[in-house]
Amino acid sequence: MEIVLALVIGGLFAGGVYMLLRRNLVKLLVGLILLGHGANLLIFLMGRLIPGRPPLVPVDATHPVGLFADPLPQALVLTAIVIGFGLQAFALVLARRLYQSAHTDDLDQLRTTET
Amino acid sequence: MNIFVLLPILIPLITTIGVLLARQRPRLRRNLSLGGAGLLLIIAVELLVLVWRDGIQVIQVGEWAAPFGITLVADLFSAMMVLLAALMGLGVIIYSQATAEQRAEHFGYSALLHFILMGVNGAFLTGDMFNLYVWFELLLIASFVLLVLGGRRDQLEGTFKYVAINLFGSILFLVAVGILYGVAGTLNMADLADQLNSLPSGLVTTLAMLFLVAFGIKAGAFPLFFWLPASYHTAPAALLALFAGLMTKVGVYALVRVFTLFFTQDTGYTHTLILIIAGFTMVTGVLGAVAQTEFRKLLSFHIISQIGYLLMGLGLFTTAALGGAVYFMVHVILAKSALFLVGGIIYKLRGTYNLKQLGGLSILYPGLALLFLIPALSLAGIPPLSGFWAKFALVQAGLAAEQYVIVAVSLGVSLLTLFSMTKIWAEVFWKDQPGKETPVQAISFIPHQAGVSMLLPVGVLAAILVVIGLLAEPLVNLSLLVAGQLLNPADYIETVLGGVL
Repeated sequence: MEIVLALVIGGLFAGGVYMLLRRNLVKLLVGLILLGHGANLLIFLMGRLIPGRPPLVPVDATHPVGLFADPLPQALVLTAIVIGFGLQAFALVLARRLYQSAHTDDLDQLRTTET
Repeated sequence: MNIFVLLPILIPLITTIGVLLARQRPRLRRNLSLGGAGLLLIIAVELLVLVWRDGIQVIQVGEWAAPFGITLVADLFSAMMVLLAALMGLGVIIYSQATAEQRAEHFGYSALLHFILMGVNGAFLTGDMFNLYVWFELLLIASFVLLVLGGRRDQLEGTFKYVAINLFGSILFLVAVGILYGVAGTLNMADLADQLNSLPSGLVTTLAMLFLVAFGIKAGAFPLFFWLPASYHTAPAALLALFAGLMTKVGVYALVRVFTLFFTQDTGYTHTLILIIAGFTMVTGVLGAVAQTEFRKLLSFHIISQIGYLLMGLGLFTTAALGGAVYFMVHVILAKSALFLVGGIIYKLRGTYNLKQLGGLSILYPGLALLFLIPALSLAGIPPLSGFWAKFALVQAGLAAEQYVIVAVSLGVSLLTLFSMTKIWAEVFWKDQPGKETPVQAISFIPHQAGVSMLLPVGVLAAILVVIGLLAEPLVNLSLLVAGQLLNPADYIETVLGGVL
């Protein structure tokens, strides 16, 4: 399972970087979104995969017994997803406004603020 | 449980909400905004005094003991940065009363300023790596909206570049945090300092490099700074003063924090690399500045160049050098913001930031020229102003560490800084305004049309620069204390983890 997830993360990063290097506004954003997903999955994977063992405390114990899944990475991923979603939504609207104002989605044409 | 560690985050948050609710009532909104910023400054002073007197202050949020919960820590460095943020925040908010457009205010300009202050203070005070990521994102999203307010094409374009590179930087940061958790099993900074020592140093150095790139993007270090001069100069001067003073410095703060607290296994490699980056950052920044003829663009490149000096202090990694960097941090935040605010006054008077179209201001308004000259000469490092002592401390530390190349580079860059400052001086203040008769006498000492709210913050900043230059010793001593605390993190670790170990 780890191998599969690792391959998926690698694929997401490769695709993300490829899209990031395109000249199109929207493709750049798609690249960032793919990279964001890759990062989220990576955190999840780094917390170790322990299927079927939720971190629940039995009724008569004070702490979970035996091997149990680490809940922290999932909390981190949840936070990161929410933040990423907000930022990506903002970036998409910004890209649309920029397109309306500049009448181009070619990043090579968007050089008026360069020095 | 010490409420003063929490207040620098809570006050801006409450102010943001209040200002948003009072959107339809300009007078109430203004009073709330000024009151919140003033209160924050008072609290920040209290916090610094408290930390100075009683040592490091810690709050375990929700009573979850470290390293399991989120910890807020105020050591001297944090408290000092919070004070600087509060000071800049108040200055910029007063200044904005005169410059903020109605339209921008309608979209929540003052509320967002307070939101940025909350994010910045949170980043300075947190003791948890993931929490640091969250604060970074909070202040970024507010800065995105502030940069784009107005919706002109150049703003949209500049902001898009800023958003794209910062999202990429955040993803790198997130990846680094994920891997860090995977290998160390903790994200509490103090706990990390313990845990990372037992890991192979190659692995730790790899992680350190990931963080170096992520924070390097935010700080505007070489070769990751290209977004800065492409986006900053589209913003109005008041906003730029805040961004120049705080945003990149949060990146530097994060670098200093992680590279003094827990990425210290292989300083021969990591800190030498930082030193090399520092040199290149200084040189490329100042060379970019020399070529510019627009007030805001020129100063934007100077931001980068000054980041190099801060990194130089971190790279040398001695008490004297870090102390110099801390002093430099205080000096550069004040001087840089003051220069941008002066630029805003000039824009108000003349309606342009283009150096070629400006002129004659030293005769018309000698007081304004003085207000420019103090931070400008301070930035270049002319004694007895603050920049001189900052650079003197860094150069001395560099010589003591026998790093002669970086010392030579920093001195050369100082000279070029002076050159580009005299360029602004000659173009804006000294030469005749193109196409106009030379006036024979001053209209008034200070430009009255700028009003108190624009002149007061600049005046106060300039006064502080003179005072910390003439009476450098207390601040130098405090900087050395800060550096000592950074280099001996045992106290920090002990205070944070105290109850657990």
